[in-house]
Amino acid sequence: MRIRFIESRRIPLSWLLLTRQPLRLFVALAGICFAGILMFMQLGFRDGLFDASVTVHKSFDADLVLVSPRSMSSIAMSGFPRRRLIQSMAHDQVDGITPVNWNFLLWRNPKTLVTRSILALGFEPNDPLLINKDFNKKSQLLKIQGRVLFDTLSRKEFGPIEDWFLKGRSVETEVAGKRIRVAELVSLGPSFGADGNIITSRETFLKLLPSNPKGSIEIGLIRLKDNSDVNKVALSLTKSLPNDVTVLTLNDFIEFEKNYWKNSTSIGFIFTLGAAMGFVVGCVIVYQILYSDVSDHLPEYATLLAMGYKLKDLLAVVAREGLFLSILGYLPAYLTGQCLYALVRTSTKLPVAMNSERALLVFSLILFMCMASASLAMKRLVDADPAEIF
Amino acid sequence: MTEDSAVEINGLSHWFGIGHMRRKVLHSISMNIQPGEVVLLTGPSGCGKTTLLTLIGALRHIQEGDLVVLGNQLRNSSRKTRQRLRKQIGMIFQGHNLLRCLTAEQNVQMGADLLNGYSYRSRRDQAREWLREVGLSDQLHKLPNDLSGGQKQRVAIARALAARPKLLLADEPTAALDSVTGREIVSLLKRLALEQSCAVLMVTHDQRILDVADRLLKMEDGSIVPHD
Repeated sequence: MRIRFIESRRIPLSWLLLTRQPLRLFVALAGICFAGILMFMQLGFRDGLFDASVTVHKSFDADLVLVSPRSMSSIAMSGFPRRRLIQSMAHDQVDGITPVNWNFLLWRNPKTLVTRSILALGFEPNDPLLINKDFNKKSQLLKIQGRVLFDTLSRKEFGPIEDWFLKGRSVETEVAGKRIRVAELVSLGPSFGADGNIITSRETFLKLLPSNPKGSIEIGLIRLKDNSDVNKVALSLTKSLPNDVTVLTLNDFIEFEKNYWKNSTSIGFIFTLGAAMGFVVGCVIVYQILYSDVSDHLPEYATLLAMGYKLKDLLAVVAREGLFLSILGYLPAYLTGQCLYALVRTSTKLPVAMNSERALLVFSLILFMCMASASLAMKRLVDADPAEIF
Repeated sequence: MTEDSAVEINGLSHWFGIGHMRRKVLHSISMNIQPGEVVLLTGPSGCGKTTLLTLIGALRHIQEGDLVVLGNQLRNSSRKTRQRLRKQIGMIFQGHNLLRCLTAEQNVQMGADLLNGYSYRSRRDQAREWLREVGLSDQLHKLPNDLSGGQKQRVAIARALAARPKLLLADEPTAALDSVTGREIVSLLKRLALEQSCAVLMVTHDQRILDVADRLLKMEDGSIVPHD
């Protein structure tokens, strides 16, 4: 079969048409590449921002999460009675619970003394909070009042905390106007709502935020016994608990946060629109290039028709040009996308990365863009009248 | 006999334009071309020579009359029939019409590629062989822009013959050439066509090449007139 294909092949006309006109090819590829990069960046930012909004959520050591039904998102969490979390212990599948306080507090940069809002989590240091293995050891340090764990991935506006800490300097600053000391570093990552994170004990948390009712928490983590059905337990807890709490699986909790940013803000729309613009620009460029290419070669196409080539053969030539353009344009777009993602990761700490899903999506869009433009340019081919060339 | 003639024309008429602009350009033409015959068609511009050529070349619809080319009735013929027939007709144009982005060899192979049942390599070898026949074996890899007018016309002849046509239609092949080159090209065309026993119908203004013809036809105002 392979041999037959090689034997029966003809002059690769579409390839030669493209490569023997290097300037036109370059312009076309630059256009496609530009469109591809634009789509990669816009979609990458969009997904990256949504992923970033749940960096903390993802690291919780929990199967189920209790939240207040009034909580809208991580930047607007409402409290609910801690009793509800303790009540959930009555369920025979529940293995352990961690009550967590969650609020934004003002952190003073110890170098510039400028304050900035930071997400503070408060929990009992003996309870598991994050999946990270080292974390349990670090959390023991919080048993001393006034100690916090600082997220090294927080934005640099919070001060050179990591730098100072690693140099052995004791890092003290003010949170919500009260003195604290950084006991250890953790690595979580900033999100949409929070530029940085600190973790502290509930005791310290309530000291920092005395107005917070003592029996009120913002989230309740529930760990289930092995081999229990998460959805089933969630359902039975929903039934047994009063309706002043909502029971979510960890995945639902992550989706709940993502959905807020997707649906209640224009972020998703803006970036999708940006990607769509890239697509349209690419379409226009490829169409222009292919259309003028076909127009320029119209007498030659007509000659081929007169020689006995079928119109189908010529349509295939244009289609193959579109295919070649999409592949040749996609490769540099993919590579540039990778580089720009790396750049964005280092400069914004957003978790933007190439994934196969997006790589495939952008390729499909570019392929569609080129083939749609090619099929529009084919309309010009119908004008190739072999009777006119004599 | 229909089977025997390369071209058989009976009462062929053709009009251009529509409504009151409609103008008759061919007036019931009848003529025959035998296989291996070289026929030259002369006449003043605008007398319908080229129209006749495009009709024989299956590039236009027949409006009235019978036209049988290589055994195919072209009146009311299907698109498929015409496309298949065109494969068997070689065409040489006034402005050579080579594909600019292909080398001489590739241009000729575009003709050879129309043949079925040969491998890529063998079709390429055939293309080289034809270029050798027209005396261009040292210009295989040049693009048309790098060739002279005469060389381009030779490539066009090689391309037309590479598809092994049984009928060759040429429209003023010498128009863009000087007299010596023009003469050479026409002699070459005649020699190669004879070797393939291919009929040739050539439209020309060029008085200097009339002697290559087996038969001379003259056209005036859309009719074939006796040659004087």
